[in-house]
Formats: sequence, structure tokens, C-alpha cells
Amino acid sequence: MLPTPSTSHVSFDRVYEPAEDSFLLLDTISSASETAWLHQRFFENENLETTPAPLILEVGTGSGIVLAFVTANAQAILGRREVLTLGADINYFACQATKKTVDTTIAEIPPMSNTNLSTGKFLDVVNCDLTSPIRPNSVDVLIFNPPYVPTEELPDLDNHLKYNVPQDTLSFDQESHLLALSYAGGSLGMEVTERLLSQLPSVLSSERGIAYILLCAQNKPEEVKARIQTWGMGWRAEIAGSSGKKGGWEKLCILRIWRGG
Amino acid sequence: MKLLTLNFLTCARKTCKSLPAAFPLHPKDAELEVVETDFNAPFLRNILGRLEWDALKTLCMELGLPNLPPSAPEPEALLEPGAEMAELELERELEPTQTARDLHNLLLETGIKEGKLVCGNCGHEYAVKEGIANFLLPSHLV
Repeated sequence: MLPTPSTSHVSFDRVYEPAEDSFLLLDTISSASETAWLHQRFFENENLETTPAPLILEVGTGSGIVLAFVTANAQAILGRREVLTLGADINYFACQATKKTVDTTIAEIPPMSNTNLSTGKFLDVVNCDLTSPIRPNSVDVLIFNPPYVPTEELPDLDNHLKYNVPQDTLSFDQESHLLALSYAGGSLGMEVTERLLSQLPSVLSSERGIAYILLCAQNKPEEVKARIQTWGMGWRAEIAGSSGKKGGWEKLCILRIWRGG
Repeated sequence: MKLLTLNFLTCARKTCKSLPAAFPLHPKDAELEVVETDFNAPFLRNILGRLEWDALKTLCMELGLPNLPPSAPEPEALLEPGAEMAELELERELEPTQTARDLHNLLLETGIKEGKLVCGNCGHEYAVKEGIANFLLPSHLV
């Protein structure tokens, strides 16, 4: 089992604290069946001498636990260590936390250990809305743990620039705004995820691009999956992992979205 | 933020995003920092094919860094003559070439700590603070 990165330095009054959903992402991406699939796509079918290093983008990194995990375990997950990782979050404090979590995780790996020889290269975290500044056709693996809880409304983004900067005193309004960005999903909990889905065809690499998106039962994952398969152009979707059943419902699941075989 | 990161970023405005003029973003009032990181030859070889070399040349010029050659080096130019890549991976004592060291230093060790990134199409300026670029737009520009 691969170790879980430490996020003990993060103060969780403005940044989402890793929970069941974060751990389901880690477990799914590093599961035997998923890594076998990924190795085939990024290692076995590739000529490592000539194919460019894959770029992994995590959208909404929060504490940075998932990004740190995939960076530290690039070889185990993709079958190759020549991997670049990049994070994006709308919350400036989450960007700071992520940078520290990834840097600390990498720095704490013993220099001559096997893990050290199998670690990807962490680039940066950018403060942005979803994938807005990412160049089209550039992302090979996109990971998204969205704000998926159904809510009456979304946080007011007109207030965001005001709350996204350090203030002298912690205010309740600032904290609740920033935390709401990490969980409030609007109608069916899908409003933010729908925007991300609409960006996938352009931001993902047309040859290798895949996406992992976490959904909860209220998001109606089977319907989301069926809808992606109607995109045409070879787009496909499959449930790659799920949490235990509650009352017959899979509470959380991870949808893998990709194009081609 | 590392200079290599700029290889993957463009203007966040929808109307600019896919236009050639919006890439690369142009640094302004940039304060650079150098953070040392382990040299990794196989990694560098794998990154060559992803680099937008012309954009990187522009970036170096605008930051006042030494000029880059007209085209990206061949993977073979990263090793001392005669050394095989496999050997380099196994025998750490084999030295990479100066070209490889320079490229490693430029892409992975040199970063923008403070400053701005300007879109060549719309002129919008994005701030970089403590190495984190802010691409959030006021709602009328989204």
C-alpha cells in the first residue's frame, strides 16, 4: 500500500480537509485494476524514448493530498516516472497549502529509496477557475474532486476576489465562502462539474487524455456516464471505483472519462 | 512558478484562450528565483518533445536570460558523447552535458517569484505572488 501524504500543516478553516472522497480517489487511482489500465495507456503502448512526458492536472487540489500522492507515486500509477504534475484551485489558501503538501511529501522521501527513483516532477499550483488558463490539448490525466453536494445556490463569485486574499482577522464570511467553494455544487450538485465536463474535450490531449471525476449518488452518475457516451468522437466513460453501498446506493464513485480504446 | 509551467498556460479569458497571440504569456516586472532540484536526464529527454521552443526563446529574451539556440537540442545532445542513456540511469557518476544542465536550470530551477504575466492578445495582466499565479478574472471579463 502506498503511503498517504501528510497534510498536518494545513489549517482547515479555509481549506477543505481530506475526507472519504479524497481517500476514494487515492485508492481508485492506485488500485491494481486501474494502474494496469493506466500502465497500458502510458507505458506499454508507448515508446518511452520518444513520447513526451505525460502531464497530470488536478483541478481543485484543496489540501494537496491527491496531487502529492500522484506526484510521489508516478511510477506506480502510470508505469513511468517521467511525469509532470500541476495543480489548480480557485482558493488562494488551497494553492499555498497544496504547494507545501507536495513539496514536503517529495522532500521527505529518502534520497536513495525506491520511491525517490519513481517520483514525478511537480511543477506548480495556479490560482484559477477550473481549467481556465490551461492550454488546449495539453492535459493527459485530469483529476477532479468537485464540489458535489446539492445546494440551493452556488457561492457568489462576485465576492470571491475580496475573500481570496489574506485578511488581518479571520472572518466567518470569508471562511464560509471559501469552504462553500469546496463542497457546494448547486442543482443536483452538478453545476460546477457540468462546467468542467464541457471543458474536457478541449483541454484533454486528443491522443492520450483521460479524466477522473468523483461523483456522489445525488449527482446521478449512471446518467452522467450515459450522457458522455453520447458525445460521440469515441468518448467513453466507466465507473473506475466506488465506496461501500448504503441502502443499496453507491455513495461515492469515480468516473473515468476517455477517448478511444 | 517554474518557467516550464508557462509552457502549459495561456490567457484565462475565453475569447483569448485558443488564439496564438495569447501564448506565451509575457512576464513583466518579474523577480526571478532559482531553487535547486535533482537533475534527471531521462526526464529531460522526455520533456523535449513537449516544449514550445519558440515560446521558450521569447520567454528567455523577455526575462533577460541567455539566448537559446534556434531549435531544441536533440535528445543525444544531453549526454556526454558515447554515453548511453541506460548507462546514465544506472551509473549516476556519468556527467550530463552543459546543454542538459543549462536546460534543467532554465526549465526546472528558474522561476518567477513575484511579477506579472501579460496576455499578448488582450493585454490583461495576471499577478504572480510568492510563486503562485492568479488567473481569476473579474466577472465582466470571464
